Parts: sequence; structure tokens; C-alpha cells
Amino acid sequence: MTKKENGIAFNLISRHKLQELNTEDKLKFIIKEIKNGKILVLEQGLTPTEQTSLIQHTMKEIEHDTFIGFEMEGYGPDQPTFFQKILGMHKKPRITLIGPANLLKMVKKDNEMIQTMIISRSGAK
Amino acid sequence: MGLFGKITFSSILQRIFGKKHAKIGIYGPPNVGKTTLANRILRDWTGDIMGSVSEIPHETRRAKWKKDVKIDNGNSSLVMDIVDTPGISTKVDFKEFMNTWGLSKDEARRRAKEATEGVIESIKWLEDIDGVLLVMDSTQDPFTQVNVTILGNLEARNLPVLIAANKIDVEESSPATLKSAFPQHPVVPISALTGYNADNLYTTMVKQFSKKKKKRR
Ligand SMILES: Nc1nc2c(ncn2[C@@H]2O[C@H](COP(=O)(O)OP(=O)(O)OP(=O)(O)O)[C@@H](O)[C@H]2O)c(=O)[nH]1
Ligand SMILES: [Mg+2]
Repeated sequence: MTKKENGIAFNLISRHKLQELNTEDKLKFIIKEIKNGKILVLEQGLTPTEQTSLIQHTMKEIEHDTFIGFEMEGYGPDQPTFFQKILGMHKKPRITLIGPANLLKMVKKDNEMIQTMIISRSGAK
Repeated sequence: MGLFGKITFSSILQRIFGKKHAKIGIYGPPNVGKTTLANRILRDWTGDIMGSVSEIPHETRRAKWKKDVKIDNGNSSLVMDIVDTPGISTKVDFKEFMNTWGLSKDEARRRAKEATEGVIESIKWLEDIDGVLLVMDSTQDPFTQVNVTILGNLEARNLPVLIAANKIDVEESSPATLKSAFPQHPVVPISALTGYNADNLYTTMVKQFSKKKKKRR
């Protein structure tokens, strides 16, 4: 139904769904969505190892005229506190924005704000 | 442990096991100067060249390496296998090669295809490496996803990393921004192009990559 509307889908994916999926399925899901032109906000981002896998998988999917890759932005995990460290607690990936590179452009990123822009199709080069 | 000092201990090990040897990957986003730096290192220590350099991104599309590069900082030295890797990116747009760099459509498509394969190769090489020289362009925003991803990976694997804040010969470069962005890692400002501060880089490389990898498991 939303497909028929003229606009860009912008979906918030819950931590619950992301935790339910194993890495392989999670990456498949993300790539399928961004290849379909959707922008996703992941309530919980990817681990560094998942990020490199995502890059590898994406490179295999790139097609000159339809899919040029992704733009992903989020903050790195909080450094665990001293007590979390001795308790062996993991760093948790934080909220992350990800979308197809022909739609989503990073404008500026610093410790306080990540600015991105959605490029309208007509405006894209 | 601390009282004896690492130097004595490792120099004893070195005497027993012979030369220290480490496989070091030069990593980073496209166009930051990885190959320029690899060429500089080889020129200074072996007299060779690693590969071709270009202002067009994704110039290096296959990893290249040089074995047994001995870097000597006066009182200690380290023998390294140096690997120059293709730039890692999350996107490759052949149109950019046409519109920005004036390549023909065929050339642009071929370069883009090879670039995607290069990125995959770079990531594969990560498995096989003892330490990383992460090159960043200090005229640019340091918090790019590729930098964060590579660093996160190295941290998860406990691999030693040294950040080369490159292109400091350019006036608008800001190596200090890089330093404050990644306070947990050594950052050495350098110009791979002019060789400025290369000695400092070599000293830090020997120091950083002589460390034994901390095993997690
Ligand atoms: N001003 C300046 N330019 C540099 C420096 N190092 C490299 N460059 C230039 O940056 C551009 C890219 O250099 P390369 O060495 O090809 O970069 P790379 O990281 O190997 O790039 P890929 O192989 O495409 O990933 C070239 O035009 C170099 O001349 C530097 O220290 N200062
Ligand atoms: Mg190169």
C-alpha cells in the first residue's frame, strides 16, 4: 500500500527484531530493504564485524544503474565503564541510520549531531 | 613483569627466535594516500615501488605486498611484510568516474566493478594481518563510517593499529582533529608526498608493531 504513495520509505527497525535475527539474516534483511530504496533507522546498530560483512555483501550486490551501495551513520559504542569492563560487559552498538547511497547523503558528523540529507530523485546527479 | 621492562624481555626473545616479523596492512578509505605512503616506505627502506598513485579514487584495486621490509629506528628494528590494500568504501558509483574524472563509460564501469572486488579483497586480508597502518586524510572529517568500521574491527580483534594522519603539507589539514577524534590510538601526522615526519612514523611503527598481539581466547 505504501508502495503506491510517492515518497521515500523511512522505517524504524526495533531492537527486538534486530536481536531476533542472526547476523546472516540481519544483513540480508538490511540489504534487501536498502536495495528497494528504503531508509532504515536501526534501534540497535551493527557490531564492527557485522559492518565489514555488510560492506562485503554490498559490494557483491552493486549494479551500475540501480544500486551503488549504502551510506551508514551512527555513533560508535560508548566506551564501557571500568566496572562494566571488569564484569566483561560488551559494548552495545548504538542507534544507526542506513540507506542507499543514491538517496542518503552524510552532511556533517561530530560528537553531538549527525546531519544527513535525503536527495530527491530529480535532484540526484 | 613491569620491573624487568618489556625491552629486555623482548630483546631476549628476539635473540632466541631471530628477527621479529610482522605482516602489516596499510588500510583506509580510497584516495587518502595509502599507496603514496607505501611507496615512500619502500623507497626509504628497500628502493622499490609498491604501485601506481592517482587522484582518481580506487586506483589500487588489487592488494600488493612487499616482503621483508626492514625498518630500523636506531636502537631497534622490525622486519615487516607490507601490504598495500585497495581503499575501503561503502559505495562505488561509476557515474562519479565519468562525471568527476572524465573516464569513458566503459572505463568507468570497469573501474567500478574492479573497485568493488578490491574492497572485498581488502576486507579478506584483514584476517591475515598482524597490525594495521590506518591512513586518514587530515584535510577531511575523521568520523567517516569506514574509519569507524575498520577501527572497531581492529579493536574487536585486539590488533595493534597506528593512525597516519596524512596530507599535512596541505594548508587546511588538521591532524589535531584526528588526534582528538581517536585518543585511544597513536596518531602520527605525516606527509606521504613530501616525506615530512616520516622518521617519526618509522619509529612509532617499530614500537607499535613489535608489541605482541594480546590474545583474547
Ligand atoms: N598533498 C598531498 N597529497 C597526497 C599525499 N599523499 C597522497 N596524496 C595524493 O592523494 C591522491 C591519492 O593518493 P594514493 O596514494 O593513490 O591514495 P590511495 O589511498 O592509495 O588510494 P586508492 O588506491 O584509490 O585507495 C594522489 O593524488 C596523491 O598524490 C600527501 O601527503 N599530501
Ligand atoms: Mg592505492
